Amino acid sequence: MDYILAGISVGGQYALIAIGYTMVYGILRLINFAHGDVFMVAGLIMIYATTAMPLYLSIPLVLIITVLVGFTIERVAYKPLRTAPRMSVMISAIGVSYMLQNVALYITGGLAKTYPAIPFLSDTVTIFGATTKWVTVITPVLTIILIIALVLLIRFTKIGIAMRAVSKDFETSQLMGVKINRVISVTFIIGSLLAAVGSILYFANYPSVVPTSGAMPGLKSFVAAVFGGIGSIPGAVIGAFIIGICENLIRSLSIGGVSLTPFSDAFTFALLIVILCVRPSGLFGEKTIDKV
Amino acid sequence: MSNILEIKNLSVNFGGIKAVNDISMAVEEGKIVTLIGANGAGKSTVLRSISGIVKPQSGEILLNGQNILGLSPDAIVSRGVTLVPEGRRVFPNLTVQENLKIGAYLRKDKLDADLEYVYSLFPRLKERHWQLAGTLSGGEQQMLAVGRALMSKPKLVMMDEPSLGLAPLVVKSIFEIIETINGEGITVLLIEQNANMALRIADTAYVLETGAITMAGTGAELLANDTIKEAYLGKSK
Repeated sequence: MDYILAGISVGGQYALIAIGYTMVYGILRLINFAHGDVFMVAGLIMIYATTAMPLYLSIPLVLIITVLVGFTIERVAYKPLRTAPRMSVMISAIGVSYMLQNVALYITGGLAKTYPAIPFLSDTVTIFGATTKWVTVITPVLTIILIIALVLLIRFTKIGIAMRAVSKDFETSQLMGVKINRVISVTFIIGSLLAAVGSILYFANYPSVVPTSGAMPGLKSFVAAVFGGIGSIPGAVIGAFIIGICENLIRSLSIGGVSLTPFSDAFTFALLIVILCVRPSGLFGEKTIDKV
Repeated sequence: MSNILEIKNLSVNFGGIKAVNDISMAVEEGKIVTLIGANGAGKSTVLRSISGIVKPQSGEILLNGQNILGLSPDAIVSRGVTLVPEGRRVFPNLTVQENLKIGAYLRKDKLDADLEYVYSLFPRLKERHWQLAGTLSGGEQQMLAVGRALMSKPKLVMMDEPSLGLAPLVVKSIFEIIETINGEGITVLLIEQNANMALRIADTAYVLETGAITMAGTGAELLANDTIKEAYLGKSK
């Protein structure tokens, strides 16, 4: 039971990050390698913010600064390359990823920074006979609320219709008067906001943040997005929950007295390979129909 | 009548190749003006330059006397000029109604009356307003593309090959719609390979050959012209 609860919780955190990958891919066909590092930066900002101010100020501040970071990255590193080949933008994304890690290394001095205890997340609670932190319970609930809000936004608002239009056809969207750059910025803002929320929930389970803290959750969320079919929001969410739960179930197993815990990451990637062999476009991926 | 649109000495290059070479033409307000020519003559490039999608090398594009060359596509849409692109380009992943709504993206007022107006022009679209546009037939998609353009309340509608790939009966109804919307005061700039149909409804016509205008006149004049008959209408002398 503990493992399933933990899995659902981690899955929710991956889902919040995976949405950022999948939305950016849906619109720009870009894998935003810097996304995991934005997530790490959100963790560091939280650490520095809490030393200076109470939680009710530092949490909104983390959300705002992370959104600004995501927005700025897009404007500085991706927008000038809008007409460049896709590979160039991807290399730019890798560059931003390393830059963020190095800046973080410079600021922290390479020391692991202790993540603050957030009372309503870190306190323990007992449900279904399993003792766990509140964050385990809050994560899936908050994730689902945010996802419903996002789906409503994309389905019913003007900017949501524009996002769907731009993801299919840049030029025709422009002919309708849609300002492409504004739509792309909104996409990055939403992705970064969700990553910041994910970051607060994720790091509440860990003692500290280091500059490479974003790499593993970032990579796994990316795997979740590909697994679910990159470009699809429901796909990313379901993929993230499946990966989170499987990864934790593996930890609970042992073969002949040997615990499988060290293999949980290997399992995640093995799963990706199997899925991609069977369904190259992922669970909910768009079927690629080449236009004539 | 005054000219709503005037193009002066427009040249467009694509990587050193002159797609449009020093052309000048005028679109009189309230009229149907057509630009005919073979594949690759540069017709689409002219429309795409007016829309702000393509950046011309030199020349002027005057909308009611004001130069709009260099403005962004959304600024041009907001000035009342809209393009129905070649190949329809409806958004397949949006419903019919969402496609119409995005046509009115820059407007902030109520859209209900305009939706009703478009649905009255194209009752088929009303029946299918909840369907994804990708599931419509070619003719229905063309109706949707025209309806979508009308949603921005344009003064000038430009149409790029609206008859392309459609059955003759559907082409006929599309041309009827062009005349209907023109009758309501909207100026139409039409480019077509189907020169016969286009010249029949056009008040003014221009012929574009390899990036240059080689002939101009009223639709009726060009229909009667021997060179045009031979080159574009498939009739021998």
